[in-house]
Amino acid sequence: MAESILGKLGFGRASGVDKAGWGRTLGVAIVAFIYFLPVLFIIFTAFKPQGDALLVPPTLSPTSLFGLIPDHFVFKPTLENFGSVFSRSMTPDGAPEATGFDRYFFNSIFIASASVLLALVIGTLAAFGFSRYPLKGNDTYLFIILTTRMLPAIVVIIPVILMFRVVGLSGSYLGIIMLYTAFNLAFTIWMMKSFFDELSPDVEDAARIDGSSGMRVFFKICLPQVIAGLAATFVFGLILTWNEFLFALLLSGPDTRTVPVAMNQAVSSGGRGTDWTLLAAIETLFLVPVFLVTFFLQNHLLRGVTFGTVKR
Amino acid sequence: MTAVSSTLLTPRLTAVVAHNWKLAIAVAVVVSAISMAGLPAAVSFWVVGAAAALVAAAFTVNAYRRHYFGALLVAPAIAVLFVMNIFPLLWSLGLSFFAYQANQQTIRFVGLGNYVRILTNDLAAHATWGALINTAMFVVFTVSAQMIVGFLLAILFAKQFPLRKYLLILVLTPMMLSVVASGVFFTYYYDPTFGILSYVINSISGNQFILMSNKVGAVAGIVFADAWMWSPFVMLLVLAGLVSVPKYLYEAAAIDRISSWRQFWMITFPYIRGLLMLALLFRTIEAFKLADLVILLTKGGNDTLTISYHLIRIANEQNKTSEGAAISYLMLFMVIVLTNLYLYLANRRTKGA
Repeated sequence: MAESILGKLGFGRASGVDKAGWGRTLGVAIVAFIYFLPVLFIIFTAFKPQGDALLVPPTLSPTSLFGLIPDHFVFKPTLENFGSVFSRSMTPDGAPEATGFDRYFFNSIFIASASVLLALVIGTLAAFGFSRYPLKGNDTYLFIILTTRMLPAIVVIIPVILMFRVVGLSGSYLGIIMLYTAFNLAFTIWMMKSFFDELSPDVEDAARIDGSSGMRVFFKICLPQVIAGLAATFVFGLILTWNEFLFALLLSGPDTRTVPVAMNQAVSSGGRGTDWTLLAAIETLFLVPVFLVTFFLQNHLLRGVTFGTVKR
Repeated sequence: MTAVSSTLLTPRLTAVVAHNWKLAIAVAVVVSAISMAGLPAAVSFWVVGAAAALVAAAFTVNAYRRHYFGALLVAPAIAVLFVMNIFPLLWSLGLSFFAYQANQQTIRFVGLGNYVRILTNDLAAHATWGALINTAMFVVFTVSAQMIVGFLLAILFAKQFPLRKYLLILVLTPMMLSVVASGVFFTYYYDPTFGILSYVINSISGNQFILMSNKVGAVAGIVFADAWMWSPFVMLLVLAGLVSVPKYLYEAAAIDRISSWRQFWMITFPYIRGLLMLALLFRTIEAFKLADLVILLTKGGNDTLTISYHLIRIANEQNKTSEGAAISYLMLFMVIVLTNLYLYLANRRTKGA
């Protein structure tokens, strides 16, 4: 732990990160816990029996913490909500039906990872191009690319809907993946360019003099040095794409529906009011993949979130 | 050598060779024009697409033969951005000059009519200006809340302490939640009958408390939820700045016995200024687009309609496509002005310092 997040990023001994002890940990833990409470409540709700969801006062904890929490705040944890995410009875006394959520989870994972990876491939190539073979008006291109990220996504939504309707891409995987790819491209290019710019040119020049082709220099020498950058771009793009709602709502069809859209429908359909435990169970399941990826790539996130502007 | 390079010079317009991009463009323009005039939209779209692919292929061969590796590497990215962002943008610019509704077949040129309508017509302009004023209010409140909370969180995490990694991820989690779930759960937290907030306030004051019953409460509710979700983003940016300050500057300051207040303004602030500006810019633009939380929490009630939500209603629910396009260009114009204003201020301050 001594050299965790910052050390690996290169913010080593020379930067202003002082060590602090367990006192600091305790203080931050209290703040972080309070900040995390609304999420914790959602996760706990996923484990509540359905009847408990709307109790007043709400039940708050699955255990009484050795008598610390009064009994009427304690609920009995159950796993049945997670089962009813995938299969439940739609009518008051009908047999359980499949809800199709396995499909929606697959869609979310497939669409998010495909578009982030596609943007990573195309964007990394472009970034290498911008960095090593500057075009006439290089900065102008880069600024226009940045602007596509800055402008409200909603501005392009009407023509994109019309375009997809005309071409028949509306409701297909290809359409939504291409759209997300375009929205991830801008920051992918900017970040990866800043990583390529930082590499020392010596090794590359030596390789070129020895007769290595441009391709070989890129794959054998440059790419291995920017793995951290790829990870940072991946995790940042994933967080943004994973929860995207508006485009998914307007452009995905019944077969390509992502979890946020399906979640919205599942909780608001039937006119019986919101099914809180079901919603909480869906969200808890939906949080797990992105939480794990973020946790394992967390070291790179700090760099990623700055568009690569923080130099060593 | 000379023979090779002479064939690589830009060929005459009429020469049919693979890298003659001028001929490709000419053919593409003619073919597209004919197909758009004579064929149904669904067919002509693909014809135009094929023509564009022809031009792209000619450019690629040209670039490859001339060793323009930069252009080759950049081309796929530019192509995707063009199809998915720039082309739709130009399309919606064109649409904004027509009277067109997505559910009808008629289309009629009205010039600046849509812009005049959304800015001056009694009903439409009233809604537009109301939504713009609300949006400005949300931008001010949410962005300042996020900046303050994010900044304070970053200061907390700017030291290396045990379990830091695990506590940091707890604070980052709100950012990873789907806005659908967190938005709907905030309606629960705010609910007058079941909600925790009302429960606590009721048991203290004894009166029935309904947060969403008036504009102040509704705005406060939305701002709180948005700030909670996106403060971690500001925190990450500020944290990245804080940890990049060289340690020796603080050591020198300690020797000179400079007060910590002055230390902050003299040493820390210059290092994080750029990132604060970046955070301010990102969050302002995002706040300008605020729609989903409003849809989930108030559905625009209590005068909380924002310009984004207004646009969704106009374009998607009322099918007034070209009027929506005009509103989106109004928004785009404002975002560009805002962006340039920030960049100008940022540059001026760096020069002044």
